[in-house]
Amino acid sequence: MPTIAWESFTPWSALTGGLVIGLAAALFILLNGRIAGISGILGGLLAPEKGQVAWRVAFLAGMILAPVGWMAMAGLPDINVEASYPVVILAGLLVGIGTRYGSGCTSGHGVCGLSRFSLRSLVATLSFMAAGFVTVYLVRHAFGA
Amino acid sequence: MKYTLSSFVAGLVFGLGLLLSGMANPEKVLGFLDLTGAWDPSLALVMAGAIIVGVIAFAIARQRHVSFLGFDMRLPSGDDISTRLIIGSVMFGIGWGLAGFCPGPGVVALGAGEPKAVVFVASMIAGMALFQVIEQRRQSA
Repeated sequence: MPTIAWESFTPWSALTGGLVIGLAAALFILLNGRIAGISGILGGLLAPEKGQVAWRVAFLAGMILAPVGWMAMAGLPDINVEASYPVVILAGLLVGIGTRYGSGCTSGHGVCGLSRFSLRSLVATLSFMAAGFVTVYLVRHAFGA
Repeated sequence: MKYTLSSFVAGLVFGLGLLLSGMANPEKVLGFLDLTGAWDPSLALVMAGAIIVGVIAFAIARQRHVSFLGFDMRLPSGDDISTRLIIGSVMFGIGWGLAGFCPGPGVVALGAGEPKAVVFVASMIAGMALFQVIEQRRQSA
């Protein structure tokens, strides 16, 4: 059994934040008829199709402006990146290639796919979660200081 | 116009949810992925919250041919479990575990002005572009 870090555990903000993420995915499917998959929305801009650019840019602009909107009401929550720049670059490349090959990420497969009871998305989600767990284990415990 | 505006709203709400949930903080994400260390289970509740709402929304969506704004319902139809799906997802998971960023939180942290998020998103776009080039070569071969 894992040792739980109770001092870092934030059940209420996690649950309400999750509900808000679900609300965003709900708005997108019910209003626009689309899956809110961030890697797909961004990746689609790299092979632009007619009529498929403006909404993608608008969705991403909304995400980028979310911290600005947040700051109008409250102080921004912590964003701490332990990884060094070279590791961040490697991580970005892997996330970019991997999400396009696997046709989705945490939002498209994890949130929307699991909500649709898609077996394909379940397999994808289990694959990236398992890879994430193993990677952190190797970096922090097997090779780490 | 309506379509673009509702996309903006959905993106904004998505970003606010990521900030509130703690997902936009890689330290928090890695705390969840660190099963054998001091484990922070918070992100399991993020997924649970999102899926509770998502299940209801997609149950409604499945009953409809057009969205509430009158647009086509584009629900994915593919159900094949390919090696591509698994290899791609594993690559993504390794990248996620290395820095603690997945695509959405990377974009939101970029908006917050985090320099490493800017580098992450630029590298991610480079990775996606590389995928595009490889795919085009494969298809024309």
